[in-house]
Amino acid sequence: MTTLQTDPGMEFLAQRVDGDPAFGCIQCGTCAASCPLGAAMEYPPRQLILQARSGNLDKILSSPSLWMCVGCHTCSSRCPRGIELADDLWPALRDRAMQEGIQPPAELQETFQNIFKYGNSLGESARKRLDWAKELDVPLRDLSKEPTAVEVLWLVCDYPSYYPRNQVVTRDFARILTALGVRWGVLGNKEKAVGDCDRLFGEEGLFEMLVENNKKLFDKHQFEKIVTLDTHSYRALEHFYPRYGAEYPVEHYTTFLADRLDLLKPLLTKPVKATVTYHDNCCIGRRAGIFDQPRMLLEAIPGVKLVEMARNRENALCCGGGGGGMWLDGHIVEHGGQRLSDQRVRQAAEVGAEVLAVSCPLELSRFEDSTKVAGLENKLLVRDIIELLAESMDLGEKEK
Amino acid sequence: MNIAVVVRQVPDLVEPLEIDASGAALDVDEVEFLINETDDHALEQALLLKESGGGSITVVAIDFGQVDDVLYTAAAKGADRIVKIPYDDDDRPPRPAEAAAMIAEAVKDIDAELVLVGSSAHDELEGVLAPLLALKLELPYLGVIRGVKPGEGGSVTAFKEFPGAAMAQMNVKLPAVLGILAADQPPRYVPVSRIRAAMKSTEFEEKETAAAVPEPNVTVLRMHHPEPSGRAEMLTGSEDEVAARLAEILKEKGVVQ
Repeated sequence: MTTLQTDPGMEFLAQRVDGDPAFGCIQCGTCAASCPLGAAMEYPPRQLILQARSGNLDKILSSPSLWMCVGCHTCSSRCPRGIELADDLWPALRDRAMQEGIQPPAELQETFQNIFKYGNSLGESARKRLDWAKELDVPLRDLSKEPTAVEVLWLVCDYPSYYPRNQVVTRDFARILTALGVRWGVLGNKEKAVGDCDRLFGEEGLFEMLVENNKKLFDKHQFEKIVTLDTHSYRALEHFYPRYGAEYPVEHYTTFLADRLDLLKPLLTKPVKATVTYHDNCCIGRRAGIFDQPRMLLEAIPGVKLVEMARNRENALCCGGGGGGMWLDGHIVEHGGQRLSDQRVRQAAEVGAEVLAVSCPLELSRFEDSTKVAGLENKLLVRDIIELLAESMDLGEKEK
Repeated sequence: MNIAVVVRQVPDLVEPLEIDASGAALDVDEVEFLINETDDHALEQALLLKESGGGSITVVAIDFGQVDDVLYTAAAKGADRIVKIPYDDDDRPPRPAEAAAMIAEAVKDIDAELVLVGSSAHDELEGVLAPLLALKLELPYLGVIRGVKPGEGGSVTAFKEFPGAAMAQMNVKLPAVLGILAADQPPRYVPVSRIRAAMKSTEFEEKETAAAVPEPNVTVLRMHHPEPSGRAEMLTGSEDEVAARLAEILKEKGVVQ
């Protein structure tokens, strides 16, 4: 009989609960009730721990539930025993399942293979990393070609580098950094994926490989801090890289810009007349407690009327893209779950928002798809905070 | 069952393909390589056969491109032996006849009952490598196979689909070479930690071959990207202008009177 306590692969989890016996879960069920996909799971979080403790580890490793967690972190943040379900337990179980030869859903396998082979989740050529900058009208420092000391090493990351909808935001951010007089540089074609907020949805070996490669790469360059638009990369660098001895000062763009509001405010001259609601993403929100800075940026834009959704800040509903969810929609729907982004855009529309503002690169395409599903196309625009800032600074592209 | 699996490197089409200075070949320096898809299926089929009936898998590859990554992955998936054939020309992938001669020499030593190889490759759609290999080994060949099951008394059952959705089930007496189109299930995912462990623990067996390399009868004169024969006319202007021009075009082409 294999239990969480006796399974050799699970020992390390016990060490994470300070002073408590291994997995001091009291079966209160807060996690299962909080989980936005719990109702569709064969084993919601509480059941998962119960079954594992009861010697049924094999059952949960082969259950579709294992691949239905979207890493929203609501269970972890509400657990009265402080059990880290989303970032530790779930990825460890997924890793264990894969070690046993249990296959992850096909879409996710492809993503893992893309990251392993190409260094990005989209399966694009490394040579196209800088394609986003082809239409850029401010100077770009490619540190892979001309190494020089910079204030900000900007890790552009996968979606902002490759995905056409995100590339608009990426160019806007380059213009904003330049307008603020920041000395910034990028790693060009040498940049590779960073990983994710829950390491890599359970692909621990791949995450370790990325950390090792990135550490070698970052250590070749001189910079004061890393800044990224990708909340998932931010969380990986801030929380998990230090566990592997790779510590770098890192900021998400929302805190970086909020710290420079005095410089930014005089540049925000053009009104952006819109009722805006902000979606707190799970990586910088619930996990890192960054709730105020994105709102400070939005409120600084003349013309913006900020309204709140009923579920906001630490209670925000996830977009469904984390924990590998970006590549698990098919699996989740097949097993009775719903796309959370479809629910979230309706919540934004309910409070009269014309713009759903986001600060995570996965959300633009997720929410824009969902506005079409929910019949909100052209009624609710999905825009990154960067786009709204750039528009007010009269730097933005006329994409919308 | 002792199974040999042949894997090849093919250009990765994620990268833009460049023609070299000669104008008659791919610029290999600008190409990334990956495992040929049907060879990946051949490996998966071998793993399934081993899982159902035991035996041993030897993976054979010519040392070209980024073949080591493919071989470590094969070891992580469960291949027992890896045989790598040295190949000196970094600028030119081996031609099928050349590859067949080299691989045949390496496979002869393995004493395999079943040789599995992808039935074609995207840089070799004719699919001649597998039958040429069978010819060199003096073994029977059956190609475009979509699944293999263990059979009775030194045989396997092979499945092949014919036009019109007719499926043939064939008893193949071993030894034989099978050209695999698809395995019984998609190639499996193996976690990267297992590949990294295989990188530390796997030893490749190097097999020098002195196979007589036939001179090619065909010479590539020119390799080039497709040249467009005509271009689309993009209609610009106001909605009325675009509509007027569209109506004109439809008239010019005789679509409307």
